[in-house]
Amino acid sequence: MINIFEVNETNQMVEQENLDVRTITMGISLLDCMGTDLNEVCEKIYNKIITKAEKLVETGEEISHEIGVPIVNKRISVTPIGLVGSACCKTTDDYVMIAKTLDKAAKKVGVNFLGGYSALVSKGMTPSEELLIRSIPKALAETDIVCSSVNVGSTKTGINMDAVRLMGEIVKETAELTKENDSIGCAKLVIFCNSVDDNPFMAGAYHGVTEADCIINVGVSGPGVVRHALTKVRGESFEVLCETIKKTAFKITRAGQYVAQEASKRLNVPFGIIDLSLAPTPAIGDSVSDILEEIGLESTGAPGTTAALALLNDQVKKGGVMAGSYIGGLSGAFIPVSEDQGMINAVERGSLTIEKLEAMTCVCSVGLDMIAIPGDVKATTISGIIADEAAIGMINQKTTAVRVIPVIGKGVGEKVEFGGLLGYAPIMPVNNYSCDAFVNRTGRIPAPIHSFKN
Amino acid sequence: MKKAIITVVGKDTVGIIAKVCTYLSENSINILDISQTIVQDYFNMMMIADLSKSDKTIGAVASELENLGKEIGVQVKVQTEDIFNAMHRI
Repeated sequence: MINIFEVNETNQMVEQENLDVRTITMGISLLDCMGTDLNEVCEKIYNKIITKAEKLVETGEEISHEIGVPIVNKRISVTPIGLVGSACCKTTDDYVMIAKTLDKAAKKVGVNFLGGYSALVSKGMTPSEELLIRSIPKALAETDIVCSSVNVGSTKTGINMDAVRLMGEIVKETAELTKENDSIGCAKLVIFCNSVDDNPFMAGAYHGVTEADCIINVGVSGPGVVRHALTKVRGESFEVLCETIKKTAFKITRAGQYVAQEASKRLNVPFGIIDLSLAPTPAIGDSVSDILEEIGLESTGAPGTTAALALLNDQVKKGGVMAGSYIGGLSGAFIPVSEDQGMINAVERGSLTIEKLEAMTCVCSVGLDMIAIPGDVKATTISGIIADEAAIGMINQKTTAVRVIPVIGKGVGEKVEFGGLLGYAPIMPVNNYSCDAFVNRTGRIPAPIHSFKN
Repeated sequence: MKKAIITVVGKDTVGIIAKVCTYLSENSINILDISQTIVQDYFNMMMIADLSKSDKTIGAVASELENLGKEIGVQVKVQTEDIFNAMHRI
């Protein structure tokens, strides 16, 4: 029988260490909404979303109330719109109309974000996918909670450098169109390599074509809980350190597993996966950076940071894998700058740079995330950053991503405030030596040798 | 059996258990186990209760007991036992 110490431990995790289940994300296939008439497609999309997700928010809150653990976000991911709109969208404005429909449907059911305004172009772009990509700046400027992602490379296909070049321009244009709000449009746009079909986290969530009609994916969290557990093993060996992380990750994941099973049962929607990512928030103490410093770094970014992060990421997976029946999504520690107070502090102290963050993305999910850069950085430089991250993903057979925000009108040393879960960020300097001639080459980088496994 | 964990934390005063137990008996909720400690003048109690005979949901009981707790100046939480089993048992 459960004893008072176990109950107190769980409740302390919630009350003092920011334990929460980060998101219940309902994946909805829109493949059956396709057609040649735009208005009809929009109507079908709207109706399908509001029918399938009608009780999503209510059910999430009900479960949260019963278990006494917050479930912070309820979200929706949909089939990449680059596919859904392929037959009916002839202009970028046609795609924007679908984006507005998604926004309206998401608001109607009360979710925080809807992801899937996406195109998967790791090898090549169809004309309609290119149209969708070109519509992203306007779509993100004219909607509030629609998130967009573009997959520009994979280990199997190599990197589509034409898409990488285009995305540099799209990121800049998105920043321009939302410059009144500190270029916040870019916070809703992720460029991936090796993107996954069942990611529940935003802004990169979409419902892949290999998925069922409707599924429930759950993202767990709990950096604060891991950090607190580590305060009790200061000075101990790596063995003790790793065991502590694993045990904590196990408990956190079991909470997520329970929520996933309950949500699946109550909504009568199959359970997809648990995503084991340690996702920080701007709340004090809910920080991945704080864990790294607790492991033994004076400030995140110091030598040893990459090793500490590699260890953390691996132990979280080892503990979590046994706790969940199906693990998927991104599953790794997130290192967004603006959403993690510890990371922000490290940047302000001068110990953490974009180059070090890039090294860190080699050993964890997911990439250069929520990093504010000066608004005058060239589009080709952003493409260069995207290409570097995509190369790390391609060679290491892992997901990598770029979500940078060139803040129009602001420069290094200034701050940008996004609010809520997106937090705030100091603007970081970027290496401004040109990569124009590299980025302007056309075509794609071939798939790496180790992708030929057959 | 539909079991809930009820925890009560707050400044120790007369009648905390009485008030909580009265509510439980009025709502046909059976107490299976009680443990209690006092840590630095703070009253800390945990009950395992069976809600099978009650016609209220755990959610409703949680809201009502939370309000009752506010009246007597303690924090009362009601959570399904399943979450603790999930987290603390393999």
